[in-house]
Amino acid sequence: MGAALLPSVYGRAVAAEALLDGAIPVMVKRTLADAALAAATGAGASYCDVRIGRYLRQFVITRDAHVENVVNTESIGVGIRVIAGGAWGFAATNDMSTAGVATAARQATAIAKANARNQTAPVQLAPTPGVGEQSWRAPIRTNAMAVPVKEKAALLLDVNAAALANGADFVNSVLFSVNEQKYFASTDGSYIDQDIHRIWPLMRVTAVDKATGKFRTRSALSAPMGLGYEYLDGNKADQTVLPSGVVVYGKSYDMKADAIAAAKQARAKLKAPSVKPGKYDLVLDPSHTWLTIHESVGHPTELDRVLGYEANYAGTSFATLDKRRDHFKYGSDKVTIVADKLQPGSLGAVGFDDEGVKTKQWALIKDGVLVDYQAIRDQAHIIGKTASDGCCYADSWSSVQFQRMANVSLQPGKTKLSVPDMVAGVENGIYIVGDGSFSIDQQRYNAQFGGQLFYEIKNGKVGGMIEDVAYQIRTPEFWNSCVAVCDERDYRLGGSFFDGKGQPAQVSAVSHGSSTARFNGINVISTARSLG
Amino acid sequence: MSIFTEAQAKAILDKVIALSKADQCTAQLKGGVNGNVRFALNNVSTAGIVSDVDLVVEVAFGKRVGIATINAFDDAALERVVRRAEDLARLAPENPEFVPAVAKQTYQSTPTFSPATAAITADYRAQVAADSINPCKAENLVAAGFLQDGVNFVAFANSKGNFGYQQATSLDYTCTVRTADGRGSGWVGRDLQDAKVFDTKSDIRTAMRKASASADAKALEPGKYTVILEPAAAAGLLAFMFRAFDAREADEGRSFLSKKGGGNKIGEQIVDPRVNFTADPSHPDAVIMPWDDDGLLREHLPLVTNGKVANLEYSRFWAQKQGKKANAGIGNLIMAGGTKSTAELIKGTAKGILVTRTWYIRMVDPQTVLLTGLTRDGTFYIENGAIKYPLKNFRFNESPVIMLNNIEELGRPVRVKGDESDLIMVLPPMKLRDFTFTSLSDAV
Repeated sequence: MGAALLPSVYGRAVAAEALLDGAIPVMVKRTLADAALAAATGAGASYCDVRIGRYLRQFVITRDAHVENVVNTESIGVGIRVIAGGAWGFAATNDMSTAGVATAARQATAIAKANARNQTAPVQLAPTPGVGEQSWRAPIRTNAMAVPVKEKAALLLDVNAAALANGADFVNSVLFSVNEQKYFASTDGSYIDQDIHRIWPLMRVTAVDKATGKFRTRSALSAPMGLGYEYLDGNKADQTVLPSGVVVYGKSYDMKADAIAAAKQARAKLKAPSVKPGKYDLVLDPSHTWLTIHESVGHPTELDRVLGYEANYAGTSFATLDKRRDHFKYGSDKVTIVADKLQPGSLGAVGFDDEGVKTKQWALIKDGVLVDYQAIRDQAHIIGKTASDGCCYADSWSSVQFQRMANVSLQPGKTKLSVPDMVAGVENGIYIVGDGSFSIDQQRYNAQFGGQLFYEIKNGKVGGMIEDVAYQIRTPEFWNSCVAVCDERDYRLGGSFFDGKGQPAQVSAVSHGSSTARFNGINVISTARSLG
Repeated sequence: MSIFTEAQAKAILDKVIALSKADQCTAQLKGGVNGNVRFALNNVSTAGIVSDVDLVVEVAFGKRVGIATINAFDDAALERVVRRAEDLARLAPENPEFVPAVAKQTYQSTPTFSPATAAITADYRAQVAADSINPCKAENLVAAGFLQDGVNFVAFANSKGNFGYQQATSLDYTCTVRTADGRGSGWVGRDLQDAKVFDTKSDIRTAMRKASASADAKALEPGKYTVILEPAAAAGLLAFMFRAFDAREADEGRSFLSKKGGGNKIGEQIVDPRVNFTADPSHPDAVIMPWDDDGLLREHLPLVTNGKVANLEYSRFWAQKQGKKANAGIGNLIMAGGTKSTAELIKGTAKGILVTRTWYIRMVDPQTVLLTGLTRDGTFYIENGAIKYPLKNFRFNESPVIMLNNIEELGRPVRVKGDESDLIMVLPPMKLRDFTFTSLSDAV
């Protein structure tokens, strides 16, 4: 549905040391894959792909001065997808024997044949050349799974203590690490082994004013990243001090420094005045903009939504096919938005997608004009493409792969523009940092977004903190009000591990990059209420 | 096999408890068989069955806890999972909030199992899809929907002699029907335990009627309006409100149920005196397991009585710290109402807006439980007791606490489930004044 931001638990709990070993040898995977491919084709499948997955996740969860929980999970199995009689069939098993996968392959073929009876049109797959044996490894420096739990717990408790010593009444923090070891094989002749890593340090600080009964929170300004433990190095070169004095982070995060800032800012929120509703020019930091891009561009350009396949759950899209044909003006000429499965350090980066397609970058909106969608192999022909875009994904070996959002990012401005220079030109604006409340309709027209930190901008100067800010948009008007985007020096990523779609629901991890951007004349409401 | 009998489950759990050398051991088996069918654009898109059983073993040495899980049940596997949990516990830091396993409880079994639901087959699911699609095709409408059904069991035991076992069935059906030109959209949803009372052919007519009737929607200026929220529309808002019924959050000053100066609002009037909410595992329309995830006995628990906070949820740790009685985590939410159907509430309304369903609800400010979200799949203007015309959808910014202070009338409660909540709810349609719509949406 959208970018849910709280961790959930997958798979079976295992001992920490089990996360470092137990990888299935490539030769074993190849043998299993060949057994499945042979069984499927022998049963009458015209196409078969096999995904052998080992999914490892670790959560270290703390509250104030203690560790609440350490959870290690592991999930291993095989998902087999076939086409028979022109229809899809799928079966999955955790029986990792050649006989087990062959049985599952035959089950998938039988299901496909059953589905074929009611199929109105046969599946059309965009051709994808076999690539033989390939491997791809995420370019990480330190495997988070190799860092002892004790060290991670100590880091989080140190972070919590720093927040509590600087004005926080409560603090919750989590370190979430993921490793997906995925092997893909298909009847096209591909055998692809991939090793994917992700990390997400999360934190929420609460400040309470007991006398007034008021409380305020400030969440981490970290981003989930396709990086290893090196993301927590706190490298100064990856920090930016904004004109508001807020420190934001790029490819490296200083969790303790952010905790101290969060505690002070949460206390400041208790005293900050409410925003006066009205029209403002918004200056949006990338730590905020990622979510607006995700909801208002990433989702509406997913082809399955455009066509109506998600009508009962995630929704459809206003960005219909006629709009692309008619060169719909999605945004101003400052707005170029690309889909990307290559970007190093991003959550969506892989060498090949979950149907063996080599990944790439492509434009969705070029100089403000809608030019393309996100499509996979069985959708490409619908929009006249001869190849998939390489954005197919399944969240588990036991889930069917389907079209999922690539990293979708606003390109930096082409002319040199720093953040201070952008702010200097704003007469009556609001500076928003961090993501907050988010909601958008089922066709992605009307959205409302909050944030973590809000500062007023008057006559080119950033002033004091304000509170209770939310802005409401109609997607095309919003992107057409974009008057400036800072240059590539300010480009940073945000994202989520938990983009939800499909029934049964699956999650997907996705990044969204941007530089600070300015949007003129946006409707801002006050969210202050009284319960009497 | 994914449904163990009570004897099979007990034999496994007893072995696990006997194998453990820790100070205490709790073991839980959870499994089931769940089938589904999905359709869109008047075609079946996917169908499948998922079977699984997991054994979770939690052991403690003093305040050090270890948890391990496995899905194999031979003697060697059971030995392995117990030793793995014990190894983790020995390495774990002490948890100062550790509470011992629950003592032996006396559970009253609840009738959560329905043979008709357990007997659902792939053919039944295919028929549900066909019964949804065919009438839509005949009237140039487009159906997209999902049916998921299942039979599941839970069994647990601990070294203090506690044991529980029960099976449950569920059926969840939703269908969105759109006009072929995309200008109208309707919806129907059923969350049931017993498939005997499920009638696709009847339910699909509701979604079809709303789809056809909602085309050619007119725009109404956003503002404060009298609304009739159908139970499905109210469910999402109320689920958010009850997430805040946690005693610890309230006592710590970070909830709308926190009191100025400290403490919580138990006993205080927070909403209209006609408002009554309870959690009740045996409620005939919303039967749930008689225990929570900790194995704590669920009892009839008044939450709001005559508009006053009657109880909050006390975890075992917080109850112990505050000298209160712990209560089990709630699994359902029952709101008392009147006798009128939604149609009868409409008849008694001079001017107002009927809301079929709400969507993408998110917390804006937990201080006041201010929520934002949108209407969808059938929003209609009511005048002089009748629906006059369809309306374009609205975004709302409203707190369920404020909403429940603005009650005009409550109708007859029915079973519903929120889009993003696990609570089974029994809610009335509600007529409310001054509901706050803040903008219009072009979405259909």
